[in-house]
Amino acid sequence: MEWYVFDTWIVAVGALCAAACALAGSFLVLRRMSMMGDAISHAVLPGLAVAFLLTGSRTSVAMFVGAAVTGVLTAVFTQWVSRLGNVERGASMGIVFTTLFALGLLLITRGAEKVELDPGCVLFGAIELTPLDVVADWTVFGVLLEIPRAFVVLGAVFLLNLAVIVLLFKELRISAFDPALATTLGVHAGFMHYLLMTLVAVTTVAAFEAVGSILVIAMLIVPPATAHLLTDRLGMMVVLSVVMGVLCAAGGHAAAVYLPALTGHEAVSTSGMMAVTAGVLFAAAAVFAPRHGILARSRRSLH
Amino acid sequence: MNKGWGTAFALFLAAAVAEASAGSWRDDFASVVLLRDYNTRLVIISTALLGVAGGLAGSFLLLRKRSLMGDALSHATLPGIVLAFIVAVHFTGAGRSFAVLVTGAAVTGILGCVVVLLIRGLTRVKDDAAMGIVLSVFYGAGVVLLSIVQHMPEAGTAGLESFLYGKTASMVLTDFYLVSGAAVVALFASLALFKEFRLLCFDEDYARSMGWPTHALDVLMLLLVTLVTVVGLQAVGVVLIIAFLIIPAASARMWTSRFGWMLAIAAGFGGASGWLGSGLSALTPGLPAGAVIVLTAAALFVMSLLAGPDRGIVARTVRAHLLKRRIERQHLLRGIYEVLEEDGPAPQMAGEGTSMVTWEALECKRSWTPGELRRIVRRAYRRGLVETMGRAGVRLTDAGAREAARVTRNHRLWEIYLVEYADIAPSHVDRDADAVEHILGADLIRRLEATLTRAERPAADGVPASPHPIR
Repeated sequence: MEWYVFDTWIVAVGALCAAACALAGSFLVLRRMSMMGDAISHAVLPGLAVAFLLTGSRTSVAMFVGAAVTGVLTAVFTQWVSRLGNVERGASMGIVFTTLFALGLLLITRGAEKVELDPGCVLFGAIELTPLDVVADWTVFGVLLEIPRAFVVLGAVFLLNLAVIVLLFKELRISAFDPALATTLGVHAGFMHYLLMTLVAVTTVAAFEAVGSILVIAMLIVPPATAHLLTDRLGMMVVLSVVMGVLCAAGGHAAAVYLPALTGHEAVSTSGMMAVTAGVLFAAAAVFAPRHGILARSRRSLH
Repeated sequence: MNKGWGTAFALFLAAAVAEASAGSWRDDFASVVLLRDYNTRLVIISTALLGVAGGLAGSFLLLRKRSLMGDALSHATLPGIVLAFIVAVHFTGAGRSFAVLVTGAAVTGILGCVVVLLIRGLTRVKDDAAMGIVLSVFYGAGVVLLSIVQHMPEAGTAGLESFLYGKTASMVLTDFYLVSGAAVVALFASLALFKEFRLLCFDEDYARSMGWPTHALDVLMLLLVTLVTVVGLQAVGVVLIIAFLIIPAASARMWTSRFGWMLAIAAGFGGASGWLGSGLSALTPGLPAGAVIVLTAAALFVMSLLAGPDRGIVARTVRAHLLKRRIERQHLLRGIYEVLEEDGPAPQMAGEGTSMVTWEALECKRSWTPGELRRIVRRAYRRGLVETMGRAGVRLTDAGAREAARVTRNHRLWEIYLVEYADIAPSHVDRDADAVEHILGADLIRRLEATLTRAERPAADGVPASPHPIR
């Protein structure tokens, strides 16, 4: 198996996606709302359907807006149900996303019969195909660079997340750890919550349209959880989870291409392999992490 | 849940069925929903049974704050399904054996549950992240395996993914047997282990300290959830089974705080959503059954969220309102009592020549505006507790005097208790006592009386003197 420019682009797109997700995901994990990515990835279906019914086109801008709005609404409805009904967060998330998904399914089968919106296709991304969709050709030092669209989209999302987190780091940190204290210090904790949810929704929608939702869900949760085992400081955790995400992307694609080749098989799914790599890194951290790993813990309890 | 609500609900259902039995569309509806239609009977009964099983298993998940376990679990079955397929193809040549696929799904599903429990128990990663990790990594592994299968020469994999998306409208007799088996097991387990599961749901630490095998019970509970999920997955699909595991249980929680009732109501809601939802979708061609069932369950949830007598919005608002009224009334009565007490050594609280309290004096007792005070007095007047003397002031009736003495007495007993036993400075007890005096039960008052034998014995009406100067 050879490594082509093609493969480099796949790793680059995967790394950008992982980094963008890891930035938003660190705060989700700390707020114990890890499943939000999964919830949003199911819940955007009615947004896609309504966007199609209103504009009559399948252009990605309309679809993106529809999906992003539904993603934010998922967070809003989850908050309402859990506050109004005194329902636990996870349960209200589940109620909201299954209901929205069912609504979307109904809208698609009744209203938009001609759309090829297969609910299954939402879940299986095609990161392998992203380099085929080229938006710009640049020649840098005599090398032709064909920039894939996904690279541009995810780069923009990554920069957006990075900007928000750098600018509002203190505010996000304090409202993640102690919303009550945040409020007394004049930080609008509710605003921070919805800002974060908007980031998550935009990231999720942009990324799974480009690379498939399973990779997004994995990258939102697993690298930040891994980083959480390695450090106690939020800034370090965010940096580490971005590094982990990039490692998963590179390692995952390499594994997808080279491992099957060893036994003479065709390459396997890259997004699946990236998720599995993330899982392996998490398992390693869970066992060997210097302070919070299982080994370190059991050694401490022996003393 | 009280009997009134149960009867009302039964009447509502009966009325709905009677209503549905008139008219031609209604005839169709009735014949489908009442199982007179042979083609849809199997689907309706199966989804209803699955709803019952989901409601029961979901109640345990909800009370253990693990509602999304069904989500994680159902995604964790994918690698099992594909692995089972690969193994079956290698050994028998035909991979589509139903039993093999279900077994594979169950194996990785259980493995997923175990990994969630391990991550939670051994690291500092929380429940939600543990479920997310298992969901995404297992599902990713499934996707990898799936891409291997697609390159296999024996392919014939079409529809392997559809195992996850279900086929509600085209269920067959096998599904019916499986689903009813799962429902029977869920029902039986809930009844047989009722006490154990209840204790585990409400107080795990206590259960452990009593020597119950909590880990084993926990695993048993999750096995039950796995059974329902795996059986439900291939019958109705991943989203519907997640919905069945969450929505009926959350709806039931609005109606009751009692474990037994909650299980019964959740099973009922689950069954009703399956029954009505698949009935509705059978009547309208092209409506996906799974979606209609989820929306039916969601409608029942919204209804419960509004009208549920335990946690519903209406009930909670009314309760909060009534409590606020009672607190205002009791503050008024204690205010009058304290003003009268200041006025003289032996105030005439009631009867002929009752002493009067001026509006101004009362306004000073609390931060009442004149308008607020007037409204509170008017409501107390309607209850026969006070009489107004025009612009001059307010005085207590006989009933009002008794109530005022009781309220003041409760307040002061609590204050004296705080001063003597909780070692709180007399100048600080007023606010603390203010917060609890309205909810002190008769039993607690008796215990306070017994404890506080040293409390200075009070005037004729049994109210002790205040331990602090009254402002």
